[in-house]
Amino acid sequence: MKIELAQVSRWYGNVVAVNDVTMTIGPGVTGLLGPNGAGKSTLLHLMAGFLAPSGGTVTLDGQNVWKNHHIYRNIGLVPEREGVYGFLTGWQFVLSAAKLHGLPDPAEAARKALATVEMETPKDRRVETYSKGMRQRVKVAAALVHDPDVLLLDEPFNGMDPRQRMHLMDLIRAMGTAGKTILFSSHILEEVERVAQQIEVVVAGRHAASGNFREIRRLMTDRPHLFKIRSSDDRKLAAALILDDSAGGVTLGPDGLEVQATEFRRFARLLPRVARAEGVHLHEVSPADEDLESVFSYLITRST
Amino acid sequence: MNTVVAGITYRALLGRRRIVLLLLLPLALIGLAVLLRIVGSADQRTAVLLMEKFAIGTMLPLLGLIAGTGVIAPEIDDGTVIHLLSKPISRPAITRTKFLVAASLLALFAAVPTYVAAWLLVGNEDGLAPGFALGALVGGIAYAAVFLLLGVVTRHAVTIGIIYALVWESVVGGFVPGAQKFSIQYWAQTVADQISDSPFLTTQVTFGFAAPALVVVTVGAVLWAGHRLRGFSLTGDE
Repeated sequence: MKIELAQVSRWYGNVVAVNDVTMTIGPGVTGLLGPNGAGKSTLLHLMAGFLAPSGGTVTLDGQNVWKNHHIYRNIGLVPEREGVYGFLTGWQFVLSAAKLHGLPDPAEAARKALATVEMETPKDRRVETYSKGMRQRVKVAAALVHDPDVLLLDEPFNGMDPRQRMHLMDLIRAMGTAGKTILFSSHILEEVERVAQQIEVVVAGRHAASGNFREIRRLMTDRPHLFKIRSSDDRKLAAALILDDSAGGVTLGPDGLEVQATEFRRFARLLPRVARAEGVHLHEVSPADEDLESVFSYLITRST
Repeated sequence: MNTVVAGITYRALLGRRRIVLLLLLPLALIGLAVLLRIVGSADQRTAVLLMEKFAIGTMLPLLGLIAGTGVIAPEIDDGTVIHLLSKPISRPAITRTKFLVAASLLALFAAVPTYVAAWLLVGNEDGLAPGFALGALVGGIAYAAVFLLLGVVTRHAVTIGIIYALVWESVVGGFVPGAQKFSIQYWAQTVADQISDSPFLTTQVTFGFAAPALVVVTVGAVLWAGHRLRGFSLTGDE
């Protein structure tokens, strides 16, 4: 099944949360990547029929999603908020989901779903006694109970320990291989890379990039990089570097050089060659903006 | 009526301490009736006064508030309602079920104690006990619908509900004659008067107005609540 967003925007008052996004989520695992507050949850809620688009359309195999409860036969939703009745046991919670779906054998479906997330042992304890990771897994079980074709997960790995995270990743990958349409949001690149074949990057409500993880990686490596360099003769090194096109700008300061490299690969080869030719010793070369936030801010400026 | 939705709603409302809230006022009502009987002032005039002021005038709107908002507002608040809304069940069916749960709780915790209290005071004299019990039942059902709607429409349902119950139903309804025509508790009294022949019972609203008004308000509020829940939006943490 396919979720299609066509020129979707969503604003609250005069704050734009999602800005003119067009994307198609098909079978396989798609990661929705973006920093906190980028509009990932808003996009997920739009796809899950829990938010009306202010503009554009959201459809599931051509059917409008908003105000259409029939879509939930095919969609499983794992919201970010707890959203689990604390007074029910894990078993009662998942069983109630199976019954609400009107499944022919709700008990069997609930048993299967709980086994899938390895929650058979604590299933008879009340949900309020669960750890965050256990609640997350019970939510996943409830979302899987009707074997949906589409699974939407909002920050599913939050609060899970590494083993549980690995297990859920395996589960998501297996479902993707089985031809289900899976979308999950995350603000951690490594998480998305490990699970998703397709990555959609959202920054400040805009669809900033789209592709498989190699394409996204390349996009992030080929952006301008800022390096801090300390050497035996900063002034001499600066003069030699600025002659090459790959160094976009060189700033000479009291703690060394700051070089804006426009082409990462070329600059990486240039620097040691120039240093050797000029007889300058490099004491320190460090990237100044290697965090994801700066990558995202680059992607914003690129997409505007 | 969806039995799974009803089951979860009953458990959420009756589980643990919340049932105390529902029991407090009816126990006070029966306690007062017992006390009046013991001190020997159990006559029709006192019975009517206790029923009008306390049972219908105070207990009913407050219980209506607790049960009516309680069946849905806390779930919307903590996000658990998504569990129900992300299922292939029509949203109006969910609100209808929630309404039936609230109405049944009001029958149990408001109408039955009203009957018991009135019966303790005057037995079956002039049909006072069944009259007020029926008044409490239909009034309670109407309150359940109105407060359910309030719980769906606003996140401040309890605050607004308390202001409505105290200011409109008690103060304005008591002092402004015109407002009584649009007050659920006066409609409930009219229904009580319809059954009872007690000379102490006087009503401000005709049955010809009160009966259709109760139906319109109840049905309208439940339908509107269903309509509003269809457009339920998750706005995240904005």
